[in-house]
Amino acid sequence: MKLSRLFKTVLLIDFLTGLIIAIKQIFKSKKTINYPFEKGKISPRFRGEHALRRYPNGEERCIACKLCEAICPAQAITIESSQREDGSRKTTRYDIDMLKCIYCGLCEESCPVDAIVQGPNFEFATETREELYYNKEKLLDNGDRWESVLSANIKADNPFR
Amino acid sequence: MFDYINILFVETYKILFLLIPILVAVAMIVWLDRRVWAFVQKRRGPNVVGPFGLLQSLADALKYVFKEIIIPASSNKVIFILAPIVTMTLALIAWAVIPFSENLVLSNINVGILYLFAVSSLGVYGIIMGGWASNSKYPFLGSIRSAAQMVSYEVSIGVIIINVLLCVGSLNLSDIVLAQKNIWFVIPLFPMFVIFFISALAETNRPPFDLPEAEAELVAGYQTEYSGMMYAMFWLGEYANILLMCAMGSILFLGGWLSPIETYPFNLIPSPAWLILKILFLFILFALVKAIVPRYRYDQLMRLGWKIFLPLSLTWVVLTASYLYFFNLLPVN
Repeated sequence: MKLSRLFKTVLLIDFLTGLIIAIKQIFKSKKTINYPFEKGKISPRFRGEHALRRYPNGEERCIACKLCEAICPAQAITIESSQREDGSRKTTRYDIDMLKCIYCGLCEESCPVDAIVQGPNFEFATETREELYYNKEKLLDNGDRWESVLSANIKADNPFR
Repeated sequence: MFDYINILFVETYKILFLLIPILVAVAMIVWLDRRVWAFVQKRRGPNVVGPFGLLQSLADALKYVFKEIIIPASSNKVIFILAPIVTMTLALIAWAVIPFSENLVLSNINVGILYLFAVSSLGVYGIIMGGWASNSKYPFLGSIRSAAQMVSYEVSIGVIIINVLLCVGSLNLSDIVLAQKNIWFVIPLFPMFVIFFISALAETNRPPFDLPEAEAELVAGYQTEYSGMMYAMFWLGEYANILLMCAMGSILFLGGWLSPIETYPFNLIPSPAWLILKILFLFILFALVKAIVPRYRYDQLMRLGWKIFLPLSLTWVVLTASYLYFFNLLPVN
C-alpha cells in the first residue's frame, strides 16, 4: 500500500490523470451562453421589471384598490387616487421605488385585475439612482411596450395559479 | 560622436523590435490563459472584444489607464511607485539574452544563463518592495510569503541549471541550444525537466503555488493596495515572467529554436517559430495546471521545495556528473 502510494506520488499519476481530464473537457460543448447576444430561457413566472397594464380599449386596469401597496413587504409602492367624473376610481399617482423593491411578486399576486405585473425584462440598470424611481407614466409605458409578452405569460401561467 | 549616436539608434531599434512583440505577446498570453482556463471549466471565456476576444487584454489595459492610481497615505511613496516598475523592468530586460535563432539574439553574452538566473532572482525585489511600501498587513504577509517561496525554489532551479550546464560546458544560451542538436535535454534529464516546470510555477507565483496572492487569506497579497496602471504593471510583469520561464524551459530542455527533426517539412519553418511554439506549449501547460490544481498549504510548499526538490536535484547533479565522467562524455573546451 505504502509503496504504491509512493509510486503514485513520484510519477505524478494523479496530476496526469487530472491533466487528461482537463484536456478532454476542453473539447466538450460549452455550458455557458454568449450573454449579451443570446439569452437564457425565462419562465413565464419570471419576476422582472414592473409594468402597469391596460385593457384592450386603452383604459388602465388599475382600480386603485391599494392591495399591492398594502402587501408590499418593502413598502416600495405609493398610490394616490381620486374619483373621475364618470364615477370610476383611478390612481393619480403610482410610484414604485425599484431600489426598495425585493421582486417578491406579491403585488402581482394581490392584484385583482392583473394591472400590476412583473415582466420578463431584467435589463433595466441605470446610471443614476433617480431613474429607478418609477412613476405611473413609466410603468404604463412599460405595460404598453411589453403587453404582448405579458398577456402571453399570464395566459401560459394561468393553469397553475 | 556620430558613431555613438548611430550605435545608439541601432540598439534602440533592436530593443524596440524585441520589446514590442514581447509586450503584445504578454497581452495575448493573458487572453490565452483566461481562455484555456475557461475552456477547461466549459465556459466561453473572453470572446467579445476583437476576433475571438483577442483584444480583451488591450481593452483591460485601456481600462486600467483611465483608473485612478490610489497611493495609501501611510505608504512609502517612492518605493510604492517604484515596485511595479522594478517588477516589469526586470521581467522585460531578461529577454535581452534569449536567442530566437542562431543569429537573432539581442546580446549574445557568454554568461547568458547566469544573467537570466540573476535577473529572475531579482524579480523578488519588486514584490518585497511593493508589499513593504504598502504599509498594510495583507501586502506585507503576501510579500513575505512570496520572498520565502521564490528564494526557496530558486535554489532548486539553480541546481537544475547546473545539470544542464554539466552536459553543455558553456553558460552561453546559444551554446546550450546547439548542444541539444542530437538530443533534447528533456529526454536524458526528464525528471529535472519536471522539477524545473514545477519550480517555475512556484517561481512565478502561479497556481498551485499562488500563496502570495491567496485571495481567500490575503485579499490579493502584495497587490492589495495597488490600483490602476500600477496594478496593471504588476500584472504585466508577472505574465512577462511566466513567459520568460517558459522560454527558459524551452531553451534548457526543449532545444530552443531547433526543430524536432531536421528533415524536409520541418526545415521550412523558421527557427524563431519553433521557439515560440515551444514557449506556447509550455504556457498552455501552465494554464492547464492553473485550471486543475488546488492551492498548496504553505508548509507543504516549503517541504516540497527544500525537502524533496533540492535533495532530488542535487542527487541528480551527482548522477549526471558521475555518468559524464565515467563515460568520458564531459564537454571539454
